[in-house]
Amino acid sequence: MPGLITMDDLSNEEILSILDDAERLLPVAKGDHYLPLLQGKILGNLFFEPSTRTRMSFETAMKRLGGDVVNLGDVKTSSVVKGETLFDTIQMVDGYTDIIAMRHPRQGAAQYAQDAARVPILNGGDGAGHHPTQTMLDLFTIRQAHGRLEGLKVILAGDLRYGRTVHSLSHALTRFGCELIFASPELLKMPRDIVTDLNAHGANITETEDLLSTIDTADVVYMTRIQKERFADEDEYTKVAGAYKLHASNLDGCKESMIIMHPLPRVDEIHPSVDATRHARYFEQAFNGVVARMSLLCRLLNVEVPASIGGEA
Amino acid sequence: MSQEHNMRRVTAIRNGTVIDHIPAGQSMRVLEMLGINKGTSVPVSLVMNVPSKKMGTKDIIKVEDRELNQNELNRLALVAPDAHVAIIRAYSVAEKLTIELGEEIVNVVRCTFSNCITSNLREPLAHRLKVFSRSPLELRCHYCGRPQDLDELANNVL
Repeated sequence: MPGLITMDDLSNEEILSILDDAERLLPVAKGDHYLPLLQGKILGNLFFEPSTRTRMSFETAMKRLGGDVVNLGDVKTSSVVKGETLFDTIQMVDGYTDIIAMRHPRQGAAQYAQDAARVPILNGGDGAGHHPTQTMLDLFTIRQAHGRLEGLKVILAGDLRYGRTVHSLSHALTRFGCELIFASPELLKMPRDIVTDLNAHGANITETEDLLSTIDTADVVYMTRIQKERFADEDEYTKVAGAYKLHASNLDGCKESMIIMHPLPRVDEIHPSVDATRHARYFEQAFNGVVARMSLLCRLLNVEVPASIGGEA
Repeated sequence: MSQEHNMRRVTAIRNGTVIDHIPAGQSMRVLEMLGINKGTSVPVSLVMNVPSKKMGTKDIIKVEDRELNQNELNRLALVAPDAHVAIIRAYSVAEKLTIELGEEIVNVVRCTFSNCITSNLREPLAHRLKVFSRSPLELRCHYCGRPQDLDELANNVL
């Protein structure tokens, strides 16, 4: 496996095996156990777009495993502003590092970087394209809560048009036979080519503008932010901003086991009143970014995660 | 109406290329893909919507004093993958060329999605479109994965 560009790069068996490794790495991610599996390895963090959680969790994951990190830093002070191509940037960082985590505003940048590089590329988001490492931590969070991935009913809500997290996640959930409800304003519906692909893979999809009508039967509600930065026209953004606002009072008839997830940052789509409910999982989800990325780093660097860590079988 | 009659709608050419079995209505796009426009000095004949046993109706193009090369054939594969191409020398068919739409179209056109990484033309890697479906024709960018707008592709010839 050269890198992770889209979820198509992983089979279901590989996904489950990476999640199993992540499970065992939890005490290391929490700092309860030091396990320098990646000592001597260097991760290149190339974030051409703002990132807090993805960049920091990659860095934390690498350091918890004894590895080191070099950062591109602020794009405004790098060679990128001098007009350097992505190809040239990758040639340089490829020589400095053992693996690269990358986020880029242009779609297809991760595949392009993988074609240009010798080291594995981990796609940390390419435009409105894919975000497979987010999907891995999302799957980890879902499995942690429900004990399985198969056959769940999942609502994906908000910006399904530009939201790369839901593009990657919907592909993965379809492969595990989940029922999907796409709840979005008309303007932000899931792109047709993605729906066509999902249907070709036997997806069970319902599209609606009404988030609340099916919430009482859902196992997972995955909220997303309406991303202002993806709109060229401010008026178009204003029309759909705040389309969905989930409040604790909306959750009365929900299943006890239902979890609410969000890739964060949130704006006003999840009211703080939800934070204290048993359903809120978005902060654990953000933490799970560390453990899922630890497991992915090991897998892509061909480092085996021990069957027993910290005395646990 | 016979095939022979169709071919006689315009004068037989002495030297050049005949492109037959173009899907009806696609000949203008074929001309665009081949870069044949008002700046072209050689004679070009175009026949549209003539009856065809195989296709119902079809278009035909004859370009005098010009032989299509493989790169141009690759471009043709994008809009008329089943077209027949004959090279004419001294009024006779000297060569019959087959257009083969391979698995991938490399460095012929660039992706039509404006936010694709390949829209920066200084990026040096090859422009690659994968054939996702042959009928109907659907192409997707190797890098961004987006389905291509076939109408726009003619404007993106490299």
